[in-house]
Amino acid sequence: MQAIDRKLLRDFSRLWKQALAIALVLACGVAILLTALGMYKSLSDTRDTYYERNRFADVFSAVQRAPERLVTELAAIEGVWAVETRTVGSAVLDVPGSMVSVTGKILSLPPDGAPRLNVPILKTGRLPDPTSTDEVMVNHNFALANGFQLGDFFYANLNGQKRQLTITGTAQSPEFIYTIGPGALMPDNATFGILWMSQVAVAAAFDMTGAFNDVALKLSKGAREENVIDAVDRLLEPYGSLGAYGRDLQASHSFIDSEIKQLQNMATVLPPIFFGISAFLVSMVMGRIIALERSQIGLLKAVGYSNLEVCLHYLMLAVLIAVVGIGIGWLVGGWLARQMALLYAEYFDFPFLIFSTSLWVYAASGMAAMLTTTLGAAQAAIKAARLAPAIAMQPPVPPQFKRSWIDRAMATMRLSQPTIMILRALIRWPVRSGLTMLGLALAVSTVVSPSFFTYSLNKIVDSAFYESARQDGMLILSHDMPEIVLATAADLPAVLQAEGQQYHPVILSNGNHEKRTVIQAGRPDSDLSRVIDKDGKQIAVPPGGVVLTERLATQLDVRIGDTVDVKFLGGRQETHALRVTDIIAQYFGLGAYMDLEYVNALLRQSPRISLINVSLDDTEIIDLHRRLKDIPSLAGIVMMTDTRRSFSETIEQNIGVVNTIYIVIALLITIGVTYNGARIQLSERSRELASLRILGFTRSEVSYILIGETMLLSVLAQPLGWWIGTLITASMFNSFSSDLYNMPLVIHPAIYAKASFVVLLASFGSVMLVRRRLDKQNLVSAMKVRE
Amino acid sequence: MGQEAPEIVFRTQGVTKVYQTGDVKVFALAGVDLELYTGEMAVLLGPSGSGKSTLLNILGGLDHATAGRVWFRDTELTDMPDRALTRYRRDHVGFVFQFYNLVPSLTARENVQLVTDVSPDPMPAEEALALVGLANRMDHFPSEMSGGEQQRVAIARAIAKRPEILLCDEPTGALDSATGVQVLEVLQDINARFGTTTVIITHNAEIQRMAHRVIQFADGKISSVHTNETRLAPSEIVW
Repeated sequence: MQAIDRKLLRDFSRLWKQALAIALVLACGVAILLTALGMYKSLSDTRDTYYERNRFADVFSAVQRAPERLVTELAAIEGVWAVETRTVGSAVLDVPGSMVSVTGKILSLPPDGAPRLNVPILKTGRLPDPTSTDEVMVNHNFALANGFQLGDFFYANLNGQKRQLTITGTAQSPEFIYTIGPGALMPDNATFGILWMSQVAVAAAFDMTGAFNDVALKLSKGAREENVIDAVDRLLEPYGSLGAYGRDLQASHSFIDSEIKQLQNMATVLPPIFFGISAFLVSMVMGRIIALERSQIGLLKAVGYSNLEVCLHYLMLAVLIAVVGIGIGWLVGGWLARQMALLYAEYFDFPFLIFSTSLWVYAASGMAAMLTTTLGAAQAAIKAARLAPAIAMQPPVPPQFKRSWIDRAMATMRLSQPTIMILRALIRWPVRSGLTMLGLALAVSTVVSPSFFTYSLNKIVDSAFYESARQDGMLILSHDMPEIVLATAADLPAVLQAEGQQYHPVILSNGNHEKRTVIQAGRPDSDLSRVIDKDGKQIAVPPGGVVLTERLATQLDVRIGDTVDVKFLGGRQETHALRVTDIIAQYFGLGAYMDLEYVNALLRQSPRISLINVSLDDTEIIDLHRRLKDIPSLAGIVMMTDTRRSFSETIEQNIGVVNTIYIVIALLITIGVTYNGARIQLSERSRELASLRILGFTRSEVSYILIGETMLLSVLAQPLGWWIGTLITASMFNSFSSDLYNMPLVIHPAIYAKASFVVLLASFGSVMLVRRRLDKQNLVSAMKVRE
Repeated sequence: MGQEAPEIVFRTQGVTKVYQTGDVKVFALAGVDLELYTGEMAVLLGPSGSGKSTLLNILGGLDHATAGRVWFRDTELTDMPDRALTRYRRDHVGFVFQFYNLVPSLTARENVQLVTDVSPDPMPAEEALALVGLANRMDHFPSEMSGGEQQRVAIARAIAKRPEILLCDEPTGALDSATGVQVLEVLQDINARFGTTTVIITHNAEIQRMAHRVIQFADGKISSVHTNETRLAPSEIVW
């Protein structure tokens, strides 16, 4: 090994604390990039492979009841590669030993065995016998959550008849990677399951013999989806089509898709911040090292090392820091990616996970880190290379200070000399001070952003669960029923109050703007499910029109007083031009609201309802469940109390993890910035501080200068950090906001206080670590060092 | 030195160096004409700021003259590009500085190797250190050595490349008299043993007595040059 390389290694080991502080920040960037890119790749590859292998359909449509003979016509549509029809229904299940009501989504299997599209993967057992009416295959996670074994049975209310169904097998399906029950906000495998049964059984249960109510189509390469959708709609229209749609509106697919997009965002937004900070830290530290090693640089040149060799020597120091950072980043990133994969395995039901964090992901994250670090060091290294040897051998010229208005201001304020020293240093190196502040501000903003989530989600939950949807349970009817059933519902055990609601899948259109949604119609005096705007104000939905949410109105480009075409899907497929009577702001969904009586009149139907909202007496809930399992006309039950609880728990857990991660990141950034900053300051000022000590300043007076500069910058960085954090969050919320929900920016002082507390404490801790070196300072030798 | 015409190593012609600080022009060198001969030990004497170090830097290829010309043997250094000057320093010149300029993170041996690694025909670092009497201190770091020892490491580092010229800027400036004498003895030994042209800058008038020639500087100019008829051994010098 050459002597100059040995110098490099010794310098590196001498600087290890500073190098580590930088390397950790760099490692954050590498780890996040690796995790996000790796998971992005893993998730999208897995999904694509799964879809491909199991022939996940491209176009879907539900219809009320269409004759089987339409299949040939559907298959003849240009661009259609395969068609599969089936019957889909919903039923309340009575699972022995289970207290709660369970909802099952029932799918028919083709008479000749396995489906051709959306092919389920058999995990255990076998498919139900095509001739059997009491065999069932269930989704694997449902079986796991309920502890089902092959041969176990449960009961289901099918077409008014309670039937015992025996489990012959368990399966996974590309249609149900993310399984979410009706009315639920997140998957719950214990209370919602997918049930595959023979065609004969399902057709009999839902009166679909010779007919179907659900169709999936796979398109040939190059086919135009929108053309196929139009053609399918035209064919199914007379039979009560609910409108065909592509994968983008398929529930499971759209959830995974949004997750993949978020990973993509994460990979592009966060790592550059970390790389930027590392580059700044490297440039700061390298600048100082080169200042300290001036005479050594002069010497290297004097003895014949070329500019290039000197430049490379210093660049190599940055490369070593990068190597450590990349190494840690790869280790942590690899681990984090595995943890993420496990988390995904929990939420997403994949039969396999293609998790090959391929070499290019490692290479890309490593290269990005190496490049930014080297760039950070480049300026200093080039400066070293350019330093003329004769000048390098002389002590550096003292930094130039000039008197300015600030000095006059400081003089009039009668500040102490140490305070003036602090302020002059900040003003003398404005770029360095500014970048240090920016680094600390970014640390503040890293804590600010996730805190916003807590407050915003609480706001949404409050609005949705406690002001709008106040019911304890929802009884979903298998089909619309006369309003009179409310009286029966009110007689059920535990039920204190029962209110009806109508749900209508519709297509709203205005000119060429078109949107699918569901109209909720209720009575104006509804108490359990109310229409609430963003401010928590109850909105009375007047008869004679429709109330739209702001997002929906914007997408349709309508204002209050405009008319919008409403096509009621299912039933007679009537289209009515309705006046927009109000536009309200809401956090969840693309809501549209109408008065129940007005809908009945409009559609010329007797008073009827699609679901019953109930408030319950907790003490009798078990009795209620027992009764509900025997009611044939129920398609599903949603216990809102459970939904609320599981939602809050999941959110709290996830936010807790996220908050912790971000606080750690903020700590690493703060330590990286303040520790290095203070070390550099100490090194620059060591003679100065030693002189002060010799002149009779106490240790704490001298410490004040060191701590004061760092802490002043930290304090100044706070408002900037709050502002950046708020800005980042606002743009994040903006990009998250979808037809499913949009996040309100709830500004609360506690958000900022927490972030500032974390960062100021970490700054103080870091600078105190450096301050200890003042105690060890040998005054005599400090004065002798020539610099 | 024999009677025949001595071979010239360095020749300067009207060398001037001007430093500009703000509006003030400072003439560090104001037209220096000088010849230095192969194998001689020359002492450049003069007070601080008289231009000695500036001249040494120019001779050593560390700096350019503002005006005038400089030759090393037949090669003109005056407008030599940076790359060529690096080559020149690497191949021909050894430097010794007042403050030793050792790399603190390298041991004595490694400090010498810093030079031997890049020289075309170096002597082993161990040999160079043995020459300056530090054979038993090779693995010590600068912080573990006295000032005199550090300066001897610096000399070992300078001579390890077998330079034709040794340029020493106040080599004893930071040392006490007894230690200084030891360093001067090493320098004289090298000069005598290898015939290395040795230029010593000093403001210590006593040191001139060991030189072949003494060049006196004042205000950026050579004020006098004289040849010592009899030279003193370093051990006879006291200050």
